[in-house]
Amino acid sequence: MRGLIEEDYTTQEGEFVINIGPQHPSTHGVLHLKVWLNGETIIKVQPHLGYIHRSIEKMSESLSYRNFIFATSRMDYLAAHINNEACALAVEKGLQIEAPPRARVVRTILAELTRLSSHQLWWASTGLDLGAVTPFFYAFREREAILDIMDETCGARLTQNFLVPGGLMADIHPNFQKRTKEVLKQIKENFKEYDELLTENVIFQNRTKNVGILNKQDALSFGVTGPTARASGLSCDIRKWAPYSAYSMVEFDEILDEGCDSYSRYMVRMKEMRQSVNIIEQLIDNIPEGDFQEKTKNVIKLPKGDFYQRVETPRGELGVYIVSDGASSPYRIKYRSPNFSNLSVLPELAKGCKIGDLVAIMSTIDLVIPDIDR
Amino acid sequence: MTNEELKTHLLSLIPQATFVETGEFLEIFIHSENILPLMKNLKDDEKTQFDYLFCLTCIDRISSFEVVYHLLSKNYKHILVVKSTISNIENPQTETVSHIWKTAEFHEREVYDLFGVKFINHPDLRRIFLEDDWKGFPLRKNYSDPNMIEL
Amino acid sequence: MNRIFLYSFTEMALYIHKLLENAITNTVLLQITELAIIGVTLLISLVILCFFLGWMERRVAAFMEIRLGPNRVGPQGTLQIVADTVKLLFKEGLTPNKSDKFLFNLAPFIVVTASMLAIAPLAFAKNFSIYDINIGVLYVSSVSSLSVLGILMAGWSSYNKYSLLGAMRSGAQIVSYELSVGLSLIAIVVLSGNVSLGEIINSQQNGWWIFKGHIPAIIAFVIFIIASTAEINRAPFDLAEADQELTGGYNTEYSGMKFAMFLLAEYINLFIVSAMAATLFLGGWMPFHIGDWESFNKIMDYIPSSIWFMGKTFIIIFIIMWFRWTFPRLRIDQLLNLEWKYLLPISMVNIIIVTLIAIMGWHF
Repeated sequence: MRGLIEEDYTTQEGEFVINIGPQHPSTHGVLHLKVWLNGETIIKVQPHLGYIHRSIEKMSESLSYRNFIFATSRMDYLAAHINNEACALAVEKGLQIEAPPRARVVRTILAELTRLSSHQLWWASTGLDLGAVTPFFYAFREREAILDIMDETCGARLTQNFLVPGGLMADIHPNFQKRTKEVLKQIKENFKEYDELLTENVIFQNRTKNVGILNKQDALSFGVTGPTARASGLSCDIRKWAPYSAYSMVEFDEILDEGCDSYSRYMVRMKEMRQSVNIIEQLIDNIPEGDFQEKTKNVIKLPKGDFYQRVETPRGELGVYIVSDGASSPYRIKYRSPNFSNLSVLPELAKGCKIGDLVAIMSTIDLVIPDIDR
Repeated sequence: MTNEELKTHLLSLIPQATFVETGEFLEIFIHSENILPLMKNLKDDEKTQFDYLFCLTCIDRISSFEVVYHLLSKNYKHILVVKSTISNIENPQTETVSHIWKTAEFHEREVYDLFGVKFINHPDLRRIFLEDDWKGFPLRKNYSDPNMIEL
Repeated sequence: MNRIFLYSFTEMALYIHKLLENAITNTVLLQITELAIIGVTLLISLVILCFFLGWMERRVAAFMEIRLGPNRVGPQGTLQIVADTVKLLFKEGLTPNKSDKFLFNLAPFIVVTASMLAIAPLAFAKNFSIYDINIGVLYVSSVSSLSVLGILMAGWSSYNKYSLLGAMRSGAQIVSYELSVGLSLIAIVVLSGNVSLGEIINSQQNGWWIFKGHIPAIIAFVIFIIASTAEINRAPFDLAEADQELTGGYNTEYSGMKFAMFLLAEYINLFIVSAMAATLFLGGWMPFHIGDWESFNKIMDYIPSSIWFMGKTFIIIFIIMWFRWTFPRLRIDQLLNLEWKYLLPISMVNIIIVTLIAIMGWHF
């Protein structure tokens, strides 16, 4: 039994322990937080993980280099394409090949579409967590359109599995460019609605401003990445630090904010959605002709050594660490998942807050639990 | 610092260390007993300033355990991979670095959970993913479970 | 006879009264029979009203959320809520093992009873109310605050920390917002010089208080709407339930019909609050009149008084639903700050101004 052997329910005078999760509406999955409360004020938070630990790392040790990629779609299921991209890039690094330009550009477009859809889901659930149900449906309107594009080109809406080492699994659908442009137009028009509905709402601003302050030193020390860290002024965008795929071909800004609170985390993500639209717009008309896949051997064998690939998922830095002993399946695989590190800062942020703030902090950190548990 | 400069700097700290430079990053191999002073130095030294530990994991090398630290300096943008070897496979233990980089606290708990490597002076060393009464350490190469299916 | 039923609830009531008077000679028995008829009619109409409000809420929510809402069961989905009620009726009413079973089962009834009591002095149409008690305003405000007892009981007896937190929040919230509700009611009492709801409506014959009372009346109206939304635990003040924080708050452990009773009470409360706002500030069943535009006023008079009353009530209900579906929820300290630092001081100053207006006779 989890948490029962080394059970810790010790409380001071006037305190009590409450278990938020594993089934709770605002933990977005099966995260279990043991919270020490004094009235409404949080004294201590202790996360309990592993409710959906599927040991993807152990499984991958017996899967081939072609197959282990698809297990990662189930980690951060909102950014399945980007997880796949990280693995494909890591294997390509080991093989010392590079995907053809067409594949690289399409990967980037799909990654940014993924980022948009992920941020839209985050926006929807942030509203929901703070008690505003309506934003949910507004965000899903555009998200559906993006998932339809994914469905058409990749054959799946959520777990795309569109990548193989060396490029794409298939060429893009003929409608891809046309539909993407339509969706971008729709999204750009609807950003205004997003702001009117939630960003400019006084209650929302009061709920998020000065809540969950994460300073730059802590962000760095806790290994916090992604928009959560960038809202604390910590530059950590892997797309800028170590460009991969087609990110060196496009111009975009790394969004930084010095606010350090939940509201600036919110604003960073809102601005990032606009940057994603910007990136796709630069690429969508410039998809190079040519092959979509580099020829690889049927059984891929990586040379002996370590290969590390970092990519930027909507939630932060994902690292794929492959240790190869020359066989056809990896000797050891480690996923450095962004949510795992981002979660570790939650107990610090939640200290002294109210229960309502805990919900606001969790939703602006944007945790995806399967990615934590792997 | 470039990899060469890093190498000379590190050699002045630990003369007996070995290096691998074939990969993407510079890798330094040390013995786990030397880990704490080296890590403190890497973090605090003005010349290196490795302030960001972006990955901490472990590899079961059958005859030993290898704890791998991926370090990055936000200031100088150089990356170093520290591989510390634990030769005692019966009761593997090493010093924690969780007070140097707080992110190590969770990552070390994960390594403890899946590899059984004990981190000395860790503030809260418990299983993180598996249940408290789980037998064995799944990511070790010799781990076997009656319910495991061979692929 | 058709004429009577079409035009006036008062005449209909008198007709039934005469009918019964002829049939039953004993006055005590007559009284009891009439009470029973009123009770049953009230219950049936309240249930129908709640069905309608439930449907309306879903459709309003769907309208706000760019979707359709229930539209399959019955015409325009009106029978959806009936289907849901049947489902709730057949669900098992669970009682937690370690709960205080007596209080746990009693709580939903207290909540529903408290909200139904407050219906009594409301005038649904011209001269048509169950009991126009001469201290109507005081009666409503005191009875409606009884429901906090039921909520505290539910939270305490559930043996669940979420429920307890929800109940405590609700206690703090209702007790504080009661003050603002009371003060904004007093503003109208001062202006009209009456505590009887019938008299207050009559005093608005030449104009509704929201127009006659200048800006202070408008302020009182706005405060009343905000504070009473908080008092009936609706979003953005639904901290006692707070799905995303407390997984349902005080009604976490309730299921089946006992849960439905809380829902029923919520809708009855919503109706009462809106009806009170309509009665005090918008003239109740009084038609809309403009000064001496004789012909316009005549046309307005042709619209039955019950339609005036219901129309005003449902406009306010719509407004309350509107901000339920657009605003995020407040935090507990912000909620109490709003009351003690803003609404209460404003209402107090407002009362002084209103009193001044009433004494000097500045209102129309």
